[in-house]
Amino acid sequence: MPPVVFLKNVNKIFGPAERPTTIALRDINLEIEPREFISLIGPSGCGKSTLLRAIGDLIEVSSGEVMVNDKPARQARVNREYGMVFQAPVLFEWRTVLRNVELPLEVMGVPKAERTRRGREMLRLVELQNFERHYPWQLSGGMQQRVAIARALAFRPGLLLMDEPFGALDEITRERMNAELLRIWHETQTTVVFVTHSIPEAVFLSTRVVVMSARPGRISDLITIDLPYPRNVETREHPRFFELVTTVREALRKGEEMRE
Amino acid sequence: MEVSLSAPERSIRRIPPAFAVILIIAALAVAWEFIKLSFNLDKRTLPHLWEIAEAFAQPSRRNGPPLISVLAEAALYTLRGALLGFFIGAVLGFVLGTVFAHFPLLERSLVPYVVASQTVPILAIAPMVVIWLRGSWWSVPVIAAYLTFFPVTINTLRGMRSPDPRAVELMQSYAASTWQTLWKLRFPAALPAIFTALKIAATASVVGAIIAELPSGIQQGLGGAILNFNQYYITGPERLWAAIFMAALVGILLFVAVSLIERIVLRNIVRAA
Repeated sequence: MPPVVFLKNVNKIFGPAERPTTIALRDINLEIEPREFISLIGPSGCGKSTLLRAIGDLIEVSSGEVMVNDKPARQARVNREYGMVFQAPVLFEWRTVLRNVELPLEVMGVPKAERTRRGREMLRLVELQNFERHYPWQLSGGMQQRVAIARALAFRPGLLLMDEPFGALDEITRERMNAELLRIWHETQTTVVFVTHSIPEAVFLSTRVVVMSARPGRISDLITIDLPYPRNVETREHPRFFELVTTVREALRKGEEMRE
Repeated sequence: MEVSLSAPERSIRRIPPAFAVILIIAALAVAWEFIKLSFNLDKRTLPHLWEIAEAFAQPSRRNGPPLISVLAEAALYTLRGALLGFFIGAVLGFVLGTVFAHFPLLERSLVPYVVASQTVPILAIAPMVVIWLRGSWWSVPVIAAYLTFFPVTINTLRGMRSPDPRAVELMQSYAASTWQTLWKLRFPAALPAIFTALKIAATASVVGAIIAELPSGIQQGLGGAILNFNQYYITGPERLWAAIFMAALVGILLFVAVSLIERIVLRNIVRAA
């Protein structure tokens, strides 16, 4: 099976070619296999969000190859092969919860009855089936983010791109959402690329953690997370969990020292 | 989720809105009479409110119908032109604003002219429009539209640009067409701003219609009535005042109508701010 995401010598330079202002990404090489949960972690300005947007073809890279499901990222986007979740829920305030989840299906021209059926199914998945007629402002931040996840999964993409989706939530809600996300990941069998700056979050969620460093943004380390499944509250108290948190933290520090 | 109001908010809510309106009108009436009394103003400067009220009931000319029915007829006549102008202006403004929102080059090259068009005094433009349209009734809606398209253009442009950049990225991630992004994201997001503009345009369209009637020599509208009563101001100032009140009433009616539509259309939108 080909990798879900294939990045080869990816560079992203902001500013004009003759006078580049920022090297956001330098020589990124990465392969993400099906069913993996990959976290991109690093200090702010290390280009992790830029890398995510490059995979989603929301920005163009300056050089290198970005392949999703064995085709150029542009083609994968046009084929609607990934779902996107941002740090803010970005729900449309004039739509009910259900109609927000239906939005991508509407864009894709799915008939009304099928849209509603799948929208309800997704709301059950994120356990918000009793809120379908609510408006976004009537929900808490955590609930809104669950709606955003349901919306991203509504058309059953094989790849889920998440840009610090729980960054704005409090610690307790965030941990609950982490467990929730792992359950959804198991149930839907999607591949996830997850941007975060929280070390425990990255360790708890991932199969592999991609450590990035800033200026220029590059991959400084790859850490395989061998924590057993199912992961739950006890996982966070497991000695191996703490070891891995320490490993990632040291890798981040080393990345900082490598700075040019 | 229950939204509970704080105590002072609740006590304000307890006053029925209709009662509040009456209260404000009563306060304004008292202020009117108080100013008249304290500066000792004569009838020509500021008539008593009841003199104006009486004028409504009396015939405007010998053996004619009461002034109120003359003015009501004139108001209806003007309202027709204003409404048509309002619609033309609103549609034109919406189209222009939408085009500008999508083509920054057009925005940069054309918006200065749109702005410039509004700095030209309408009183100078109106007679030209009347001549261009050979004195037809159409100069009324055209001039009303001239005053209404501007706020709608600017607010449509601003509203269409208002969505969170991530919402635009989201539509992009669905490979949505520009058209889909327009109707599913930009247009609904722009509605509050568009309605704000429509409320301004509603009152402006009445002013535009009245001003357009003057150089057109149209007698049937409020413009004609105002011009007419202006000439007899010394002998009967209350009749001009009555005409002004009627003009204001038409503007308020249009404003209220737009506000009601706004409330229905935007009933589900509660903004955090």
